[in-house]
Amino acid sequence: MPSGRRNLVTGWALAAVIAGMVGMSFAAIPLYRLFCAATGYAGTPKIGLAAAPGSTGETIRVRFNADTNPALPWSFAPDQLEVKLKLGDEQVAFYHAANQSAEPVTGMALYNVTPEKVGKYFHKTACFCFNKQTLSPKQSMEFPVSFWVDPAIRDDPNTSDVKVITLSYTFFRSLDDAAKTGALSKAGPHVGPLSAAEARLKAN
Amino acid sequence: MDATTAVDHHEHGHHPTFVQRWLFSTNHKDIGTLYLIFAVIGGTVGGTLSEIMRAQLNFPNNHLVNSGQEWNTIITTHGLLMIFFSVMPALIGGFGNWFIPLMIGAPDMAFPRLNNISFWLLPPAFVLICTGLLMGESGSGWTLYPPLSNSTYEPGMGMDCTLFALHLAGLSSLLGSMNFIVTIFNMRAPGMTLHKMPLFIWSELVTAFLLLLAVPVLAGAITMLICDRNFGTSFFDPAGGGDPVLFQHLFWFFGHPEVYIMILPGFGIISHVISTFSRKPIFGYLGMVYAMVAIGVVGFVVWAHHMFISGIDVDTRAYFMAATLIIAVPTGIKVFSWIATMWGGSVELKTPMLWAIGFLFVFTVGGVTGVVCANAGIDQVIHNTYYVVAHFHYVLSLGAVFSIFAGFYYWIGKMSGHQYPEYWGKVHFWMTFIGVNLTFFPQHFLGLSGMPRRYPDYPAAFAGWNFVSSLGAYLSGAAFLVFLYVCYRTFTSKEHVADNYWGEGATTLEWTQTSPPAFHTYLELPRIS
Repeated sequence: MPSGRRNLVTGWALAAVIAGMVGMSFAAIPLYRLFCAATGYAGTPKIGLAAAPGSTGETIRVRFNADTNPALPWSFAPDQLEVKLKLGDEQVAFYHAANQSAEPVTGMALYNVTPEKVGKYFHKTACFCFNKQTLSPKQSMEFPVSFWVDPAIRDDPNTSDVKVITLSYTFFRSLDDAAKTGALSKAGPHVGPLSAAEARLKAN
Repeated sequence: MDATTAVDHHEHGHHPTFVQRWLFSTNHKDIGTLYLIFAVIGGTVGGTLSEIMRAQLNFPNNHLVNSGQEWNTIITTHGLLMIFFSVMPALIGGFGNWFIPLMIGAPDMAFPRLNNISFWLLPPAFVLICTGLLMGESGSGWTLYPPLSNSTYEPGMGMDCTLFALHLAGLSSLLGSMNFIVTIFNMRAPGMTLHKMPLFIWSELVTAFLLLLAVPVLAGAITMLICDRNFGTSFFDPAGGGDPVLFQHLFWFFGHPEVYIMILPGFGIISHVISTFSRKPIFGYLGMVYAMVAIGVVGFVVWAHHMFISGIDVDTRAYFMAATLIIAVPTGIKVFSWIATMWGGSVELKTPMLWAIGFLFVFTVGGVTGVVCANAGIDQVIHNTYYVVAHFHYVLSLGAVFSIFAGFYYWIGKMSGHQYPEYWGKVHFWMTFIGVNLTFFPQHFLGLSGMPRRYPDYPAAFAGWNFVSSLGAYLSGAAFLVFLYVCYRTFTSKEHVADNYWGEGATTLEWTQTSPPAFHTYLELPRIS
């Protein structure tokens, strides 16, 4: 191959590597999500309708945590601080949320379990956190979550010592909702100019 | 690696105008010169910022810097300027462009026009980053972590200017690295196999591959950040389902290779300087080559050691700790090989060799504290303290910069044809060596006693060592003025140097050329035996 052509071929191959790496950096997001869902990494519980295998008689304690982002004008708390749960048995617990503002507000809860290593043994079959939740002004609501813990947690030497699992939720105001109601611009002096979503809304 | 004879000493009737020569330049030597000048400018501005920082920290309750935001903007710009606008342009764009073609016997780089745009992307990037500084709106630290860098906490346009500056600087590095790889793979002189390539060329080759794989990830991350800031996405905002820790992963996937990008070309320069002034070939050439390759490869799988306290689980920390500690092995091979090269050699302590030995000292100190920081348990305590600041300044601010000065004194005669003043070169070295050690060694003590980084003030308990550290910074600043004087003396010197002014220790191809080399070199390709 003449050297000029050879240089171009190598050059374009390297350009393709660059494009590939840019692509990989974006692909990292769904890939990481898949990885966490598959392995329970970072305290990601198993989601789905898989039926509980039935009680083994051993018990574990599950504690409930609730956090609310300050931008969300809700009170949000678990109805029970802790339950004792038979391994392999499905159980339902409740959280309680109340919209304290005079306008309808949409929120979305993010969740995980700690210690993070038990993610792959903690199954959630139904949860308010799977969808956005909207509360009308001053409305309060009971949010159920149903879950079970895989008895295999006792066979794994890495997790056999776990006595307490903490199930944690943080409720955020959904971005669309915040932009729609102007909550971003009212949030305080440290908050910057209107978000792009809000600007878009004003333009329409 | 020994060079053979065939050399051309053509003088051409080629006389471009000033604008043609310096603005539209496609000549690797001129572009290298532009990069080196640019690095001096970037280093001067970045260094001035560090003097301001040390002056602010000279005494507790100082008010030289008006606000925390102003302080944050200064530390951000100091870091970014030193990395992207000083060390990288000097080691990669400057010495790389100058000496890759000269050392492999190629007439020029593979894509000369691409080379031109690589350089000219940097000045606008520099202007943008200074805009961020002057607007006082880019106070995120050089790591740009959201939420501090998002539109809530850095609402101004200055932050966007800084991010866009990084896009431009990144693009510049990527184009440059493509050029380097193609040139090194395809344009070596006949007979120069990969295993006969000078170590400096190997170091630039590994660096170029690191750039090629790491910088696009930074580009992706800051694109997401720009979108989060301006276009309503939520890559890093939990309220929209994003994750701020994702940014840290992406950033450090780039950021850790980046630290090797800054030091590897320095490794190459130090190898040549030590070999030349010991009048011996480098000890363990192949070991040196594959140590660099190993550092490059392993450098990609250790990134989360920057994130030991971000909440990652204990098994992950154990892995990243072990992988990080492994890097000490190839690095140790290099340090021992340099020492073994000097061992039994006829060592001559000219200025470049002083810098090289100084490099060995500071780099080893920084390497040892690096092993300390790599331990996840210890890092819980020293993370984000001045211990870490001391560590990375020992390897980069001192290690990389010492290698730049070693390269400068080693090659300035070749590049300019003028002799540098030996006396002032040594004054420059000793002032810098004492100054930087005075600056950074006490920061280990400050860090271990718990002084956090990125703050413009501290309790009175830390006053003593901060005072010493500031004195050291002033001494280093004065040493930089000596460097500028050395440059002045060199370029006004009437003394012209020979082709191979270092004598028998200098064996690579650039020494077969005139000093300075002709505008066009290697019209006939040299043959390597």
